[in-house]
Amino acid sequence: MADTLAETTHWGNLKTEVAGYVGIDTLQEQIRKKVLKRGFEFNIMVVGRSGLGKSTLINTLFKANVSLRSCSKSEEKVEIPKTTHVKSVSHVIEEKGVRLRLTVTDTPGFGDQINNDNCWLPVLDYINEQYENYLSEEQSVTRKKHIPDTRIHCCLYFISPTGHSLSPLDIEFMRRLDRCVNIVPVIAKADTLTIEERVGFKQRIKQDLANNGIRTYPMKELEEDPEETVTNNKIRELLPFAVVGSNQQYPNNGRTVYGRKTQWGLVEVENRSHCEFSDLRDMLIRTHMQDLVEVTRSVHYENFRQDRLASRRGRTQFNGQVIDMDSMNESSL
Amino acid sequence: MSSQANLKNSSLGEIGFATLPEQIHRKSVKKGFDFTMMVVGESGLGKSTLINSLFLTDLYKERKILNVEEKLDRTVDVEKKTMEIEEKGVKLKLTIVDTPGFGDAVNCEENWMVIENYITDQFNQFFKDESGLNRKNIVDNRVHCCLYFIPPWGHGLRPLDIEFMKRLHQKVNIIPVIAKADTLNTNEIRRLKDKILRELEENEVHVYQLPECDSDEDDEFKQQDRELKQSIPFAVIGSTQVVEVNGRRVRGRIYPWGIVEVENPVHSDFLKLRTFLVSTHMQDLKDVTRDVHYENYRAQYLTKISQQSARERGKLRRDSKPCEESAVETDWLLQQKEEEIRRMQDMLNQMQQKLKAAGRDSSENGTDSDSRKDTESVDI
Repeated sequence: MADTLAETTHWGNLKTEVAGYVGIDTLQEQIRKKVLKRGFEFNIMVVGRSGLGKSTLINTLFKANVSLRSCSKSEEKVEIPKTTHVKSVSHVIEEKGVRLRLTVTDTPGFGDQINNDNCWLPVLDYINEQYENYLSEEQSVTRKKHIPDTRIHCCLYFISPTGHSLSPLDIEFMRRLDRCVNIVPVIAKADTLTIEERVGFKQRIKQDLANNGIRTYPMKELEEDPEETVTNNKIRELLPFAVVGSNQQYPNNGRTVYGRKTQWGLVEVENRSHCEFSDLRDMLIRTHMQDLVEVTRSVHYENFRQDRLASRRGRTQFNGQVIDMDSMNESSL
Repeated sequence: MSSQANLKNSSLGEIGFATLPEQIHRKSVKKGFDFTMMVVGESGLGKSTLINSLFLTDLYKERKILNVEEKLDRTVDVEKKTMEIEEKGVKLKLTIVDTPGFGDAVNCEENWMVIENYITDQFNQFFKDESGLNRKNIVDNRVHCCLYFIPPWGHGLRPLDIEFMKRLHQKVNIIPVIAKADTLNTNEIRRLKDKILRELEENEVHVYQLPECDSDEDDEFKQQDRELKQSIPFAVIGSTQVVEVNGRRVRGRIYPWGIVEVENPVHSDFLKLRTFLVSTHMQDLKDVTRDVHYENYRAQYLTKISQQSARERGKLRRDSKPCEESAVETDWLLQQKEEEIRRMQDMLNQMQQKLKAAGRDSSENGTDSDSRKDTESVDI
């Protein structure tokens, strides 16, 4: 055997050299095949007052009519509901053999009333309900091979582009939900702001978030290696993303681009000097989608689970049998 | 027109009072004009910028943008700012009434109340001044118009907008404007305007209506008037920055994709709003405030006072319904009826005594039943 290299791995052991080609690298391919067969699940929630372009942005992100509004009846019949409703719609989209089951959860009625006290409660309840469902599936005696994951992996929160600072409603919502879901704040309809105004606005928003101890995704405490920290720092610099959405295309310099046409110019959605839609899309879909799912699973869900089980201490009725929760927990380790 | 020309005309059989408009003009120019405008809308809709753009001032030069903690426990305030501007010898004392805090809190339930109270207080003050002994220097603080800012992101009017306008449309001239209109393109603006007009109609909200122009006005004026009417609610943009476009220096906003010019009629209705507010309809706004809103207030206030004093007279037996004239009438009627009853009671007593005297002679039952029958017929 060759000498061992003085290199530690994250398991804490020194790495052992191998003499020839073993074939461990095919693990990648094996996992890939299995995962591809199963497909991916991604659940995204959009929260914000009516008219901020939530549906349009989701449609633009996934280049398909996946929002709730596109799937329901015509726009004219849409009325503002009197309380916050939470509705989901699922689609399966495919690209180069990779299938994604995308669930978009919309929250019509949020923040639209004169009195918006507690308008975040239905949202909070919905998120916890998904955790609850998953937990009871996990704990049932005969479990499914693959538990369907309806937990919200990412919550896009839409901020009105006033240019001043966050509104009291924004703070109230994020304060209560940053501990149970990944919140990604975005500045909606950002073509209202000039670049200068945008910079000032973001600064004040970041200040407001810091002053109120609100953790948005990506969270610093969860970073495991310096490479991750570097990428995430870049993202945190940009937050909140100033986005513009559009499902209409216009010709521009020989190409057709998604954009908004006005009397004084064409706002291009995917032009990085116009808005930060591309940055949001890259983070959400191209680089951090799996991480969003991971964090939901390993941090937010775990927190929920701990709280739940700690409060259920003692004997309980479960599926018709009397089970001691403490002993059950220990046996599952 | 010179006085020489007048003398010339008078020799031809004219009296010469055609100069009255000029006399009025000279006097009012000397006195100066005043105008009070209120701006209402949630923070961040560009109200301050628009006021600065409209009147080419920097009334809001040193403003501090609040962070969110400061906004959390904020209530609605009413702030007055006054400035005097002069153009071609004509002086205007402009008062802007600002309403910071409106629509910002999580619970905006009684935001409209502070504003309504302010407007009513100004009416009350004017009423008292008018009824006072020395009426020489009454300061008119009544609100002549209220610019209501509607956010451009949204699908029309929100519950808060409708609530506010319903509460205040009978007290002040409401002029709705669509704020930050450079968020929207032409189609979207048209759709939003139509939606807003529909919703105003559905909710029976009466915003300020431009009066019909007289038939003897020239066509250009009529055309302008038509265009103004079609553009309500005005979709406005404001800016205090001067930018350079095609060699001209104009007020505008620079975006990476183009430059928006505030005073370009293709880009927004800013010019139309300024024309309407300052050049063509300022006097009408004041007139409507004086002749309609103030009179309504005055009528309601006076009847309220007379009702109170009627109650204090202590003659009301029945429940008073809020029906002003008939309350006074009912008083009178009751008084009459009471007199009648008293008279009839007296008559009855006399008759009874007579009958009793007579009844001692004849049988008791017959006469008693007779007297009872008589009592019943007298009852009203």
